Amino acid sequence: MSSQRIYEQPLYPYQRNRDQDRKSPNRHPVVIVGAGPVGLTAAIDLALQGIHCVVVDDNDSVSWGSRAICFAKRSLEIMERLGCGERLLQKGVTWNLGKVLFDQRLIYQFNLLPEAHHKYPAFINIQQYWVECYLVERCQELSEWIELRGRNQVQRLEQFNDHVLLRLKTPDGEYTLEADWVIACDGANSTVRDQLKQDFVGRIFEDNFLIADVVMDAEFPTERRFWFNPPFNRGQSALLHKQPDNVWRIDLQLGWEIDKEQEKQPERVIPRLQAMLGDEINFELEWVSIYTFRCCRMEKFRHGRILFAGDSAHQVSPFGARGANSGMQDVDNLCWKLKLVLDQQAPESLLDSYDNERIQAAEENIQHSSRSTDFITPKSEISRIFRDAVLNLAEHQPFARPLVNSGRLSQPCSYLNSPINTDDVDDDLPSGVCPGSPLRDAPTGDGWLCEQAGGSFQLLCFDQADKEIHSETRKVEHLSLNTKKDSSGELAQRYLGKQKEGYYLIRPDQHIAARWTKYDPAMIHQALQRASGQTASVQWRN
Amino acid sequence: MEKLNLNPNLYSADDFYSELLAIHESRSKEESDTINARLILILANHIGDHDVLKQALQLASETTS
Repeated sequence: MSSQRIYEQPLYPYQRNRDQDRKSPNRHPVVIVGAGPVGLTAAIDLALQGIHCVVVDDNDSVSWGSRAICFAKRSLEIMERLGCGERLLQKGVTWNLGKVLFDQRLIYQFNLLPEAHHKYPAFINIQQYWVECYLVERCQELSEWIELRGRNQVQRLEQFNDHVLLRLKTPDGEYTLEADWVIACDGANSTVRDQLKQDFVGRIFEDNFLIADVVMDAEFPTERRFWFNPPFNRGQSALLHKQPDNVWRIDLQLGWEIDKEQEKQPERVIPRLQAMLGDEINFELEWVSIYTFRCCRMEKFRHGRILFAGDSAHQVSPFGARGANSGMQDVDNLCWKLKLVLDQQAPESLLDSYDNERIQAAEENIQHSSRSTDFITPKSEISRIFRDAVLNLAEHQPFARPLVNSGRLSQPCSYLNSPINTDDVDDDLPSGVCPGSPLRDAPTGDGWLCEQAGGSFQLLCFDQADKEIHSETRKVEHLSLNTKKDSSGELAQRYLGKQKEGYYLIRPDQHIAARWTKYDPAMIHQALQRASGQTASVQWRN
Repeated sequence: MEKLNLNPNLYSADDFYSELLAIHESRSKEESDTINARLILILANHIGDHDVLKQALQLASETTS
């Protein structure tokens, strides 16, 4: 590829800003540290809610190399709300089929979305640099609200009672600014986390993986292929995955005792890839890296006025695509709460529910990803014996297939025990959309539920009997849905079950806060108070 | 909660025991380990009940009893 790649161009080059010439530091409502997928998502979410924010990054371009490539349905639904969903869907490679091979045999395959009638597929594959590129462009459309400051590196950070002081280094020297709130999205090696002297504890996996993105015209189908112990990488695992622009992701497990620098050299990498792809395939290396990984998290994601999101708060193994996806869900959870707090419509303690809910999500992700890793890279003789027994049985015995774990792919967390949920009064409505769950998309007859829901508190009224109820409880937007307009019947199936009518209070992040089979303004008001952290007697359940 | 059955439950214990040994006959240690792993997985699936399996795992891991 001769032309300059997108990640080699400065997309938000350094420009001197007004704050640098001020005598006393300027105060901003929100400063976001890190312009990766998580920080940029946060900026857009806040901007759409009318909050000014400054995003600082030590770089000025999108991330180098593909990095995260699998974006899950839930992330795409968040992107839909932020105005980038369809663009990602168009560019991305949609896949549903996963194949698991053991040695040379296909032992199992799975379809990710057996359930139809969702706007977005279970996953798309797209290079992280394209995601960041679209997000940067969206930020630039919202430049009235978002200031993207390239090559502004956090040097120091100090927290006070009512603000945070940040010292930034630029090509023109250093300057200081103040923020009411800071969102730290500065990745696994977070400077902000170091400044706060916070631990990042967990489990280190003693293994190395070669990650290579190659450009090739190959007729391989659009599916995820995962090998255990293939002939081209004996005793280890391998993964092949398609991305847009004829770029393919290849992941090869290398083991622990290797020379990382040596293994990264093209003269070592190319023969490995050729052995995997076959001699007749021509390819070009786009990006090579060797990684080891940890599964760990911070003990708390909220530290006063500093909120950690994405890899700075938690890190998982790549199996299951739970990194970037969970980071986007972090800020999806955080931004509406921050908006309410900034507008003084909710107490600061509402932000503790961010901590509570997203720690639950991080724990889920860490558990899934640790289990996948234990299956993929057995660390003892007996664990390898069991693993191989599962794989051998799975080829002919359906019972063993659920035990095969090549990555349990990212699913959104249901905040079932969240203190800001209102519990059901009865169990008449479908369990798949109980309080705490994310919205389940469905056709509405004239579009999709995920297109209409979210962005503010809403009451979804399914087949409401009384057409006049709109006049009450104006604090929350009412969205009237007629399930008869949906010919698939899924909208009724997913939200009403056997009931004739149903009312769902959903949060701005599309999670369900409460629901009823009867319209009752007093109950709605109470649930709304609770969901915005205004119930005094909230007991934190961990 | 379903309780793990620890009373005699094998119809012909001696037959089962000798059949168990027979599948390991003239096998290497490695082959036997594989057979045992397969057997555990097959039986665990047949039992299915997670509570029962947890009690069995617990009992099996108490190596002193």
